[in-house]
Amino acid sequence: MFTALFVMTGIALVLGAGLGFAAIKFKVEGDPLVDKIDAILPQTQCGQCGFPGCRPYATAIAGGEAEINQCPPGGEEGIRKLADLLGREFKPLSEEHGVEKPKSVAIIDENTCIGCTLCIQACPVDAIVGAAKQMHTIVAAECTGCELCLAPCPVDCITMEPIAETVDTWKWRYPVFQIAPAALGTARQEA
Amino acid sequence: MLRKLFKFHGGVKPQTNKERSTTAPIAAVPLPDRLVIPLHQAVGGHPRPLVQPGDRVFKGQRIGGADGNLSSAVHASTSGLVRDVAPAVMPHTSGLTTLSVIIEPDGEDRWGELDKVNYRSTPPDELRDFLRDAGVVGLGGAVFPSYLKLKPGKEGKLKTLVINGAECEPFITCDDMLMRERAGDMLKGILAMRHMLQAEEVLIGIEDNKPQAVAAVQAAIAASGQSGIEAVAIPTRYPAGGAKQLIRVLTGIEVPHGRRSTDFGVQCFNVGTAFSIYEALELGRPLISRLVTVAGNVDAPRNYDVLIGTPMDHLVRLAGPRADTDRYIMGGPMMGVRLPAFDVPVVKATNCILVGSEAMFPAPAPEMPCIRCGECAKACPADLAPFELYWFSRSKNFGKAQEYHLFDCIECGCCSFVCPSHIPLVDYYRFSKSEIWAREREKEAADAARDRFEFKNHRQEREKLEKAEKLAAKAAATREKVAADGATAPAAGSDAAPAAKPAPDAAKRALIEAAMEKARQQKAQAAPRNTEQLSPDVQAEIADIEARREIVAKPAASPLPPQDA
Ligand code: SF4
Ligand code: SF4
Ligand code: SF4
Ligand code: SF4
Repeated sequence: MFTALFVMTGIALVLGAGLGFAAIKFKVEGDPLVDKIDAILPQTQCGQCGFPGCRPYATAIAGGEAEINQCPPGGEEGIRKLADLLGREFKPLSEEHGVEKPKSVAIIDENTCIGCTLCIQACPVDAIVGAAKQMHTIVAAECTGCELCLAPCPVDCITMEPIAETVDTWKWRYPVFQIAPAALGTARQEA
Repeated sequence: MLRKLFKFHGGVKPQTNKERSTTAPIAAVPLPDRLVIPLHQAVGGHPRPLVQPGDRVFKGQRIGGADGNLSSAVHASTSGLVRDVAPAVMPHTSGLTTLSVIIEPDGEDRWGELDKVNYRSTPPDELRDFLRDAGVVGLGGAVFPSYLKLKPGKEGKLKTLVINGAECEPFITCDDMLMRERAGDMLKGILAMRHMLQAEEVLIGIEDNKPQAVAAVQAAIAASGQSGIEAVAIPTRYPAGGAKQLIRVLTGIEVPHGRRSTDFGVQCFNVGTAFSIYEALELGRPLISRLVTVAGNVDAPRNYDVLIGTPMDHLVRLAGPRADTDRYIMGGPMMGVRLPAFDVPVVKATNCILVGSEAMFPAPAPEMPCIRCGECAKACPADLAPFELYWFSRSKNFGKAQEYHLFDCIECGCCSFVCPSHIPLVDYYRFSKSEIWAREREKEAADAARDRFEFKNHRQEREKLEKAEKLAAKAAATREKVAADGATAPAAGSDAAPAAKPAPDAAKRALIEAAMEKARQQKAQAAPRNTEQLSPDVQAEIADIEARREIVAKPAASPLPPQDA
C-alpha cells in the first residue's frame, strides 16, 4: 500500500515539476493587444505621452486608461493606425502632449562637454557613449530623438539637428503634385 | 539552324528614334576643366574617400574604397589635382547632393600603375575582389556591382549566360555602337564571365533593328573560334531588354515572383558590362569611362566615350543643343528620370542624356479617372494588374499594393504609355515603393530602439538589485558586529533571549547616530578659515551664506525620531 502511495506521490511530483517548468519556459509574454499597439508606437521612448516609455503607454491604451492621440512622435499617421487597430474614432493629436516635429538626432558639442555622464543616464536607449570626465558622443544611428538628454546637461552642450534627407531616404512625391525640379523649373519659366 | 524564340507578355512598340545617333562613329570628348566624381554610384554602399583635397591623382587611381558587402570602388578618371572632397548635386531627380571627389585635370591624362590579372589562373574569389576594386558595375542602368553576380550558384556552374544587347529603349544606341565597333574586346569580357560562371552556353540577345551589331558580334564569335556562343536577333519589342523579358525570349524560362534567374541556371549581363570586364581584367583598367548617347533636341545626336565625372553640359555642347532646350533626362523617354540641373556629372548609370524641350516632350494631357479598360494589364510585361496597383498606390493602401506584387514592377512605363486616361502610373508606383521602403526603415529603427530600451531597463533593474544586495550584505555584517559587541556586555543579564530581538533596532539607531555625528563634525570643520581681514562686502556675503547654512543644517541636526520610518 505504501509503495502505491509513493509511486503516486512520485508521479504527482514529476508532473508538477514538469508543469511548473513549462509554465516558466513557455511563459506568454504580455498581452497580444499591447504588443500590437506597441508595434505601432514609434519607440522614441520620449515620455511625451505621459508614460515612462512606449510600452507603458501601449498598456494604458489597451487598458482603456489613455487616449490614442497622446504620442507626438507617432503623429497623425500613428493615430490613424491606432484608430484602425482599435476601431476607435480618429482624433487630432492632443496639444497638451506636444506637436509633431521633423525627426531629429541629438548632437553633443564635444568642445563644451565636461564628461558629467548625466546625459548617459538620461538616454533611454543607451545612444550616448563616453566615460566619466571624458567627452561624450551620440551614436546617431541609435538616437531616437527623444530630447531627454537636453535638460540634464549642465552646460547645455546638446542640440537637436533635424535628419537631412539623403538619396537613400528620399521619397518620390505623391504624383498629384507635378515633379518639377527647382533649377529646371526656373529655366522653363524663362523659356 | 534557327533558334526557337519565345514571347514575353505585353510590351509596346514606341518609335525607336535610333537612326540619327548611329550615323557617326563613337567620338572622344575633350577633357573638361573639372570632373565631379560621386563616391556613391552603384547600388549599395557609400565608398569612403581615399584622397584628400590637394592630393595628386593618376588616371585610374582608386579614390573611393568599397565598404561592406554590397559596394564597389570608384576611381579617378584622369590625372590631376583633387580640388575638393565635398557634397555635390548628383544626377538624380531629387536634386540632392552626395559626397564627391572634384578633380582638376592636369591635361596629361597619365595612367597610374596598372594591375592585370589572368582570369584563367586566378581563383574565382580573388577575381571577384579584383572586379570589386576595379569598380565594375552593371552598365545597363541598374548599376549593380557585377562581382556579386559572378557567382555560379549552388551547383557550381550555370546553364545559360545571357548577354543583354537588346537595347530596347528609344533613342539609346550606346550598346549598338559598342557592339559594332568593339565586338571583339567585348567578346573577351564575355569569355571571362563564362569562365567565372562555368556557363555551358552563352546567348547574346540583340534586337533585330540592329543588324550591323548582330553581324559584328557574329563575325567576332566566328573569328574567336569558340563554340557554344551565339548572337541571337530577337524581335524588336519594348521592353525586350528587361532582364526577365530577355531571359524569357531566349530560353523560354519564366522567372516567377520571388525567385531569381540563377535558381533556373541563368544569369544576365549587359554588353557594356562585358566590355568593362575585359578592360579591367586584360588591360588592368578600372571602370573610369563609358559610352553615352546624346540624343533628342540636339543637331547631331551621337555616341561619346565619356570619362565618369564629366559635367553633362560639357558633353551635350559637343552635340549642338538647340536653343529651346529646357531639360536633360538621364536614360530614355520611357524609363529616364529628369535631372535637377544641367551641370550634373556623367556617372556609371548614365547610358543616355536625352536633351528635351517643351516642343519635343509636351506636358502630358491632364490625368483622367481610370476607366478600367484593362489596356495597361495587356501591356504589362511583368504580368501585373497596373490599374489595381494604381488604385492601391493612390489610396496609399501599401499593404494591398505589395500583395499585388508591386515590387515585381520594373517601371518600364508600358502601362502609362498605353493608358487612354493619361495617368502617370509609374509615378504612382515609384511613390508607393519609396513610401514602403521608408516605412521599413522606420520599423527597423523602432524595433532596434525597443530592444535597446528594454535592455537598458533590464540593466537598471539588475544594477538596482545588485546594489540593494550589496547594501543588505554590508548592513548584515555591521549588525552582526554590533550585536556581538552588545551581546558580550549584557550577556550576563537574566533575560538574554528576549533582549536579542530589539538589538538590531538599537544597533541600527546607534549606527545612524554615529553617522549623523560624523556628518556634524565634518560640517563644523568645513567652516571657512580665511575669515580674517576681509573686505566688508565679502564679510557680509559670508555671513549671508552662513545664515543659509544654518537653515539647511537645522533639519539634519534635529533629533532623530525614536523609530525610523
Ligand atoms: S510619446 Fe510616443 S514615442 Fe514618446 S514615449 Fe510615448 S508612445 Fe513612445
Ligand atoms: S541621445 Fe538624447 S535624444 Fe537621442 S535617444 Fe538618447 S536621450 Fe534621446
Ligand atoms: S489603361 Fe489606364 S484607364 Fe485603362 S485600366 Fe489601365 S489605368 Fe485604367
Ligand atoms: S511600369 Fe510596372 S506595372 Fe507598368 S507595365 Fe511596366 S512593369 Fe507593368
